[in-house]
Amino acid sequence: MTDAAIIPAPMQKPPLLKVENLKTYLYLKRGVVRAVDGVDLEVAEGETLGIVGESGSGKTMTSLSMLRLLPKPSGRIVEGSITLDGTDLVKLSEDEMVRDWRGRRISMVSQDPLTSLNPVFSIGDQVGAPFRYHKLAQGRGAVRKAVEAVLARVRIPSPAKRIDDYPHQFSGGMRQRVVTAMAIACSPRLLIADEPTSALDVTIQVQMMELFRELQRDSGVGIIMITHDLGVAAGICHRVAVMYAGRVVESGDVREIFRNPAHPYTRGLLNSIPHLGRKRRRLEAIAGQPPSLIDPPRGCRFAARCPQKMARCDDYPPQFEVATGHKAACWLAEPRS
Amino acid sequence: MTMTMPDTAVAATAPLLEIRNLTKRFNAHGGGVVRAVENVSFSIGRGETFALVGESGCGKTTLTKLVLGLEKPTSGEILFHGADLATASSKAMHGYRRQAQAVFQDPYSSLNPRMRVSKIIAEPLMAHGIGDRDSQRARVLEMLDVVGLPKTAADLYPHEFSGGQRQRVAIARALSLKPAFMVLDEPISALDVSVRAQILNLLADIQDEFGLTYLIVAHDLALVEHFSSSVGVMYLGSMAELGPTESVFSHPKHPYTQALLASVPRPDPDHRAPVGVIYGEIGSAMAPPPGCKFHPRCPYAVDICKTTPPVDRELAPGQLVACHLAETIVPPVQSSIAPL
Repeated sequence: MTDAAIIPAPMQKPPLLKVENLKTYLYLKRGVVRAVDGVDLEVAEGETLGIVGESGSGKTMTSLSMLRLLPKPSGRIVEGSITLDGTDLVKLSEDEMVRDWRGRRISMVSQDPLTSLNPVFSIGDQVGAPFRYHKLAQGRGAVRKAVEAVLARVRIPSPAKRIDDYPHQFSGGMRQRVVTAMAIACSPRLLIADEPTSALDVTIQVQMMELFRELQRDSGVGIIMITHDLGVAAGICHRVAVMYAGRVVESGDVREIFRNPAHPYTRGLLNSIPHLGRKRRRLEAIAGQPPSLIDPPRGCRFAARCPQKMARCDDYPPQFEVATGHKAACWLAEPRS
Repeated sequence: MTMTMPDTAVAATAPLLEIRNLTKRFNAHGGGVVRAVENVSFSIGRGETFALVGESGCGKTTLTKLVLGLEKPTSGEILFHGADLATASSKAMHGYRRQAQAVFQDPYSSLNPRMRVSKIIAEPLMAHGIGDRDSQRARVLEMLDVVGLPKTAADLYPHEFSGGQRQRVAIARALSLKPAFMVLDEPISALDVSVRAQILNLLADIQDEFGLTYLIVAHDLALVEHFSSSVGVMYLGSMAELGPTESVFSHPKHPYTQALLASVPRPDPDHRAPVGVIYGEIGSAMAPPPGCKFHPRCPYAVDICKTTPPVDRELAPGQLVACHLAETIVPPVQSSIAPL
């Protein structure tokens, strides 16, 4: 090991979050689903990492592992570490997780703002819960003030007037702002946003993406943006990890991923979606379906659908670095010696 | 030959479906009236694909229900081959239902889990009393082949298929009556990203093969640009802009169309959707704003917009725009869109 590897460069901060070799399996009657099967991720302070993948790729199970909110009793982290601010979350007890971490230093905004809010409690009660629970504000007056402040931060107009309203009195976009307010109430270090805009109309989507940018600029929160929408990923993320069948197949700077995709799956996705202003008669479809994760293929999991499949694809390719910070798990990306 | 030319020309240009001043109001629980669709007119030519776009609550779903005959209009006409559905006899309606089929968004809920695929695809034939068991079975196998599923699929149940394959089954069911017209309601948005293109290409192929006319409802504007020949942009129950897809997408003239197009997230890290093109959210169809329904969100609104509903004006060939100011407004500046 060289000195440079031991002593970090002055400007280079250790990552806020480091996920190493994470394996999360679901133990179901029909078999063991290897939902997350050896995932490595990093998020720096003030950075937005996009996790792009389709349903079943493991992106949601990865984020639920970080929150330690896996479905019970089937979900279990079987291997790996999730280090946030120097602490391995995998090793924490549920009590420690509840007291100091979940909702406090790591929180989540989910896809559907209607189901994440309780219809029978007022917005003030619900947004106030994290303040009361983590004792960040004591007494009715102080909690109310804190709630008003956080509602203002997510740009809800006249928070003092809306605080006693109920979820059904808010529009879809405003509900998503309320859910975001609950997630940022305790000024978390890491915010996981699972498809936060996919239930919203495009004009509202733009407003929500701008809100996430503002919140990050003001607080330096690290964000993991989980999305299946390549447009959303390109619009808001600094770095992107593309997941397929439980593994990260490609990761790197957002420009690298979109301008210089190295994995055939990433290239296939980009070619298969229609792009505004570039009309083509036919789309280049990716053949086949994603594999089952109960008995996944031995080698590269994309091989069965890959137009460039070779004999070597029967062995799972390691992550090859194709450019600085840009890695692809594909034999085509192997450096020529 | 020259004698028949005019006839075929007329048949080719006469719209298959024509919607005239269509209005649908619902009585809301606890009083009030929901103005779901208001005075909407458009037509779809044979073999054309007409796309309806707009945000949730704009009335596009109600409009498709009216077109499929699942709801009765409050007023206005729906002409299919020139005959009005509202005044059609139940026998004529039966014939229309044979001609007009639908593919819905979610192939997990649109297929009966207790039926084998062969029954699902044959059911429309049974409902319309077409053919005997053998010919129905033959049609099922033919349809499976058309949608790219193996013959063995006929004896399986929906849960044995992936989302993309289920949508193929739903398409086979819609095709089994050999309809002339199909409503596609968000046909790919519930599917995995990597299988969406397969289904879109399939829909394009069967359109060519069977000479189908499509009415597609979609929120993905890139998809609409790719797939449709004409487009109608709806806002709070009214048509804001209507015309050939190419002209509407390259020269949107209604501020709402401009805002929608500018807001689409693009798979290009150097593209930034301009923020604040429009603020706020779609209003309530129970109490739509007076004048132009879009005026509370419109950055260009002036006094007349608050009082007087705009009428459709043809500002380019076939492009109708319901905006008082359409000639004077300049679309918002787009940031660099470099080709990937």
